[in-house]
Order: sequence, then structure tokens, then C-alpha cells
Amino acid sequence: MAFRVITMKSGAMMATARYLTRRNMTHGGSCCGNHHHHHPPFERKKQQSCSRSLSGFWRFNSTKASAVDVYSSDEDVTNTNHHQGLDFPGGHVSYTHSLNFISKSSTQNRVPCYRVLDDNGVVIRSSSGDLESQLQQQPLISQQTALKIYREMVRLQVMDTIFYEAQRQGRLSFYLTSTGEEAISVASAAALSSDDVVMPQYREPGVLLWRGFSLREFADQCFGNKDDYGKGRQMPIHYGSNKLNYFTVSSPLAFEEACMTQLLLCLNSYLQGDFHAGLNFAAVTESPVVFVCRNNGWAISTNVSEQFRSDGIVVKGQAYGIDSIRVDGNDALAVYNSIRAARQMAVNQGKPVLVEFLTYRVGHHSTSDDSTKYRPMDEIEHWKVTRNPVSRFRKWVEGNGWWNEDEESELRSATRKQLLQAIQAAERTEKPFLEEMFTDVYDETPSNLREQQEQLREIIKRHPKDYPSDIPV
Amino acid sequence: MFRILTQRVLGQSLLQQGIRPGAVASASRCFASAAKDLTVREALNSALNEEMSADPRVLLMGEEVGEYQGAYKITKGLLDKYGPDRVLDTPITEAGFTGIAVGAAYHGLRPVVEFMTFNFAMQAIDHIINSAAKTYYMSAGQISVPIVFRGPNGAAAGVGAQHSQCYASWYASCPGLKVLAPYSSEDARGLLKAAIRDPDPVVFLENELLYGEAFPVSAEVLDSNFALPIGKAKIEREGKDVTITAFSKMVGFALKAAEILDKEGISAEVINLRSIRPLDRAAINASVRKTNRLVTVEEGFPQHGVGAEICTSVVEESFGYLDAPVERIAGADVPMPYAANLERLALPQVEDIVRAAKRACYRSVPMAAAV
Repeated sequence: MAFRVITMKSGAMMATARYLTRRNMTHGGSCCGNHHHHHPPFERKKQQSCSRSLSGFWRFNSTKASAVDVYSSDEDVTNTNHHQGLDFPGGHVSYTHSLNFISKSSTQNRVPCYRVLDDNGVVIRSSSGDLESQLQQQPLISQQTALKIYREMVRLQVMDTIFYEAQRQGRLSFYLTSTGEEAISVASAAALSSDDVVMPQYREPGVLLWRGFSLREFADQCFGNKDDYGKGRQMPIHYGSNKLNYFTVSSPLAFEEACMTQLLLCLNSYLQGDFHAGLNFAAVTESPVVFVCRNNGWAISTNVSEQFRSDGIVVKGQAYGIDSIRVDGNDALAVYNSIRAARQMAVNQGKPVLVEFLTYRVGHHSTSDDSTKYRPMDEIEHWKVTRNPVSRFRKWVEGNGWWNEDEESELRSATRKQLLQAIQAAERTEKPFLEEMFTDVYDETPSNLREQQEQLREIIKRHPKDYPSDIPV
Repeated sequence: MFRILTQRVLGQSLLQQGIRPGAVASASRCFASAAKDLTVREALNSALNEEMSADPRVLLMGEEVGEYQGAYKITKGLLDKYGPDRVLDTPITEAGFTGIAVGAAYHGLRPVVEFMTFNFAMQAIDHIINSAAKTYYMSAGQISVPIVFRGPNGAAAGVGAQHSQCYASWYASCPGLKVLAPYSSEDARGLLKAAIRDPDPVVFLENELLYGEAFPVSAEVLDSNFALPIGKAKIEREGKDVTITAFSKMVGFALKAAEILDKEGISAEVINLRSIRPLDRAAINASVRKTNRLVTVEEGFPQHGVGAEICTSVVEESFGYLDAPVERIAGADVPMPYAANLERLALPQVEDIVRAAKRACYRSVPMAAAV
């Protein structure tokens, strides 16, 4: 059961080296990050009242408004203004006379959403007809990969249903489904390589399914038995696998780790302070990270309109200087294409990329939630039935002749059977040994914990009926 | 008869810990055979330098640690020597760079994160506790976090409420963290080296006012292999009438108090805790069993402080040995005021320690003719 820790030293150092090389280049104190000037920052130029210098910009050794007398003439300056500008730390900016505030985006000019398949699972042909956009729409995916994606999406659906039921029956303490968002985790994983470290939030077990985590391993973690890689220490759904490069799910967001290595980060908590520091750092250090946001409309009971007033998350990436894209998260092919492209950009150009998937959380937030209390039933039904990512992809796969009804029912019943077996086996498996409560707090178990462990053993021995019998002492 | 029984019963638990009363003396072995004077700043700088030289995975991160040579010049010269790959100047976001450092530690590097003061570390407390301290446990031993968080802690001089808090007891209550508080240059060198080499996350609480103070150190301390054990306190001064525990700057105050008490016929034993978590309960209890009186001293707020834990430990293990209630000296239970006169009143002074020791000894007048 030993797991290798993947060392990403070279990745970390690469990221930092890149950051610091660039930083050292600009260290001379120049006010202009992007230009290499030989003049010291604020050098007074000779007074030239009405004529413009050839280079087209002025430098001033004072930032007081009175030092500027470019506007002493009456001539119309709007046309020539964009050649005029100012150098401040951060670069050259042109100036404007008009006191206009950049308005926040309205419902009319939102960032458009990339999709490949329409709601009926048919590839949308670009209406413009030019070859380039036609090619961009072509699904770049093999039959084998497409079928694997589809199968894992189905298995995820079945797994969610069965585990959810198990929780309702009282066999599991907690569960959290990915219903309605199956395409995101599975198709993203398909577009990555198995070496890419994934830092999930908690609604991405599709990544693990794609990478080969078995149904039994999922069940072991949910039941917290002795085969659980987490030694029974975490709530259900907090999966982790060193071997599969999948960071253990932890409820608070640990963002910035992303910046030091190349990884895919799935997140939904874009209001945490970490999100902003993380994006900012990644941009400044030019880290090859793909940030993925599942914008599913809800943060437990808080609707997105109460979460932020920006145009979703995609514009926030732009605000941090990160190339960003908005994608239809219920379109498996769009997910696949966009993550593939994003990964390539990150790796080849050494920079972060942000992908916002628009989707809808069909299920309740978790088994501790009843979402009918804060949203209408017909809204849930609409997304569950008409906008279902699994059936949409199924239509495309079947349309290509790669799948049929028989295989569908066979897959579903086989998965269901495997799951029931996994649950039964996991339920029957012994819980972790008592000593695992006390290990791994530190590298070496300290004496006070060893003492407490002994004391606990004594107490259990003396009062066996007060303690569950299925915990091996 | 009862007392002998209790002694036997209480003695058991110390024995179970494998500590014989005499063994604690080894921790107090004095390394200062007076070779040369070293300031705490130089001690920290040399420790960082040597550990970075010995292990290429060690890196420094923090605000102003590189180009500026360190806000308090602790990291002076290190950027020049090790380059920008290993000494990183960070933007002003503790949450940001602490998160990055913890992530780097997850992947096998050994970062040393400098907080300009531990007050600012509160911006990163989620990463220190949730991402660093708990991860080894939560990942069932798969992800270790060999990280050191260091910086000035506690009051300085006239820096006000948001720059003066002592965080020793906050961090020391968290399983998964180790918390160290050096006093002398020997402590600073030995404990920082031990912290960097340790596989667990360590919070290393320095003190701004001690940076410039010089202490004599022996050749052994200056050796690059030198390190002090984590979890062992040091008996700075032996005594037999009252035990005074302290850490960081308060050790100096306790020693001064001991000098004053000595002139009045009270022999005080001063324990420099060095390690707040794990606390050297064996040393503290052994000392109290010898002196029968205890005064705990700390700069931080009194409620739920380090002294409270020490008092409980002694009550649990050595109750029968106490001849007087435990005296607890701590900072005033107010946010630190700025005005110099008020600040002085809000912090423990030498006189406070002397008075407490005398209360524990049931005396407030000099024992002139008693002997």
C-alpha cells in the first residue's frame, strides 16, 4: 500500500526560475516593466509646448497635473491622443479626456461560451463556413477515447446513485454527488496526461475514475475501513491517491500550491481570498497551471447572483492577466477540446490558463442538503432531463454508431452490480486499527500520544460493552 | 504514609515516560565555554546559511528576504550566495506565499517561510493549520510537510496592538505543529537548525528585541553540525527554592529576577523552555519536585496561555509536591497599547517576577534574621 510521493522539484524550480529571471531583468528600477529603457525613470525633457516629440510620449519628473501643458492648445486632440501617453510603473498608458467609467458587463455583452455539441448531441457546424472555424469545431477525439469518456461518465452516474442511496439507508454517513457535472471531471481528465497532478475540490471523482481508481477503493474510503488509504481519518468522498496524482480532497481550499507545479486545479470557491492570491501569483510567476472553475450556479444555497456581480469567473482570470475561456461544461467534447488546448498553452508557453465551465448542479449540495428548499423543482428537472451531459454525449456517440442500447443497459447493470458488491465488501471489512488514531500527527509518534493510546486500550479492555466491537485493538 | 504513597504513584508516570530525574540535567549542559560573542541575528543567519549549504532543498521565502537583505537583516547575504532560485522575495500576500510554500513542502522541498511578524501570519493561518499542520495526519502519512515558519513574535517597542501579540499558546495548542522559542544565540542556532532538519512543520518564534543581543557561544555551538534537541528545556540557572519557567525574552527577565532574589536569600531555578510544543513536562516537573514552588512567566495574554498549560501539567503530575499555589505572570489582558508608559505596564517586568516568586515563597520582606 505504499505510495510514491512525486517530487516536482524541477517543476517548482522552473516556475520560480522563470519568475525570477524576468524579475531580475526589470530590477534596474525602471518604471517601465515591459520596455528596456536606458534613461533613468523620470528625466525631464526639454519644454516643448505645442510640438510633440517624435517618440510620441512625455516623461515628467513630477506627477503633478500642473506639469502637463500639452493641452494648452485648442486643437482637437482626440485623434492624436492615442499616440500621447504616460509612463508609470507598470508600463505605458495612453490618456483620455473623457471621464468614462468602464462599465461592468451587462447581460448583452457577456463573454461567449464555447461549445461543440448542441443540446441534441450534434456537432454544431459553424455558420460562417470558413475552414478554420470548421476545423475548430471538429471533435479531435478518437472513438476509443470518446467511448472511454462516455463509459466513465455512466459509471460516475451509477456510482453517485448507489452511494447516495447507501447514505440514505444509513450505511454511509455522508456523500456528495457530481450529478449534472459528469462531463467536466471525466472529459478534463481525458484531456490531461496521467502525470498531471490534479488538485480537486470535492466534485471531481470523475478524474479518479478515469485514472483507474476502482469502485472498491471508492467504497473503502467512504466506509473508512482499514483498506482506506486515508486510514479512516476523513469524511466520505475525501479521496486521495498519490499513485494517480490526485491530491487528497480537503475542504478548505489550498490554492497556491498550484502555482509551483504544473497541475489542474478544480475549484468552486472563487470568493476565498486564496483564489485571488493564487491567480495573481500564478500570473506573476508564469506558472504552468490550468485553473478550472465549475460554475454550477450554486454554492450550497447561495445562487451566483448573490456570490458576485462580475460576468462569472472568466473575466476574473482576465483581470489577473491570465488567458481565460468560458466553456459549456455539459458538453463533453467542448470540455475535452478546451482542456487539451489549455494544457498545451500552459506547458508550451509556461503560463497559467483559466477555464470556466458553465454547468448546473443537479443534485443537492450533499446528503446534508435539501435543495428543493431554495430552488424550484422544475428548474432541477429541466437540467436533469433536457440538459443532461451524459445523455447529450450519448446521442453523439450513438450517432456515430459507436454505442447502442444493449451496451448501455449492460454497462449500467454491470456497474450497479460491481458497486453493490464493493459496498458489501467494504462494509464488512474491518475498521482501521486503534493505533491509527494516534499515528501521523508527527513524523514520530510523541510520548504523550503513545501514553494515551495505552490508556485507551486499558479502558476498552475494562469496559468492552461501551465500545464498538468492530474496531481492532 | 500518604505522602510516600502519592510519591510512588506520581513517580510512576514520570518513569513511564522513561525519564529519570537525573536525566534532565543533560539537557541543561552548558555549551557556553565562552569562545566568542554572537548576536542572535548572526546566529540565525549562520544557521540558515549552513542548512541551505548542506541541503539543496532548503529555500527561503518571505517579504524583503532577498534584495532588502531581510526586514531585520536576518537573511543578509543569502540572496547573493544562493541566488534567486533559493531566496525568494514574495509579494505582500501571506496567504499567497504561505500556500505556495506549503505546496512546495508537499512536493519535497524544505521551505523556510519568514513572516515579518507573526501578527501578519494570521493572514495565512488557514495554510499554517489546515494545509500544513494537519496534512500528514489527514493524508494518512502520505504527504509530509517539512516546513519552518519563522519570524518575530510578541511585543517589540511601541508597535501597538496589531504588531505585538504573542502566538505561542495559539500554535502550541495544535497537534501536528512543533513550536520553538529560542532565547540565546545558542538556542537560536541550535533550534533553527533542528527545525529545518525536522520532517514536521515547525513554528519558530523569534523576538525582535533579542536580534541585536550578543551571547557568548562555545566552539561546539559554532560547528555546522550543531543542533539542539526539540522538546528539551534548559536549566539556565539552578536553584532550590522556586522554579521560574520562561521563554524567549522573558528568560532574560527571569534571570535578572533570579539575581535580585538571590540577594534576598531566595535561590530561584530558571528554566528556559526552548520548546513550547512539545513541552518538556519532565524537566518542569522534576524541577518543581525539587523546589516545590512554581512561577510561570510569559509575555502573551494570560487566558489559555503557556503558563496555564504548565500549571495544569504540574498539578496533574506533581500536585503533592507543591507548597504554594502556582504563580502565573503574563501580559495584561488588553490589546497592547502604544504609549511607552502604558506598554511598559502591559508587559511583565523584572519586578513582577520578583514579587511573584516572593509570594510563592510566602515572603514579601527580606529574610534578615530568620536563618
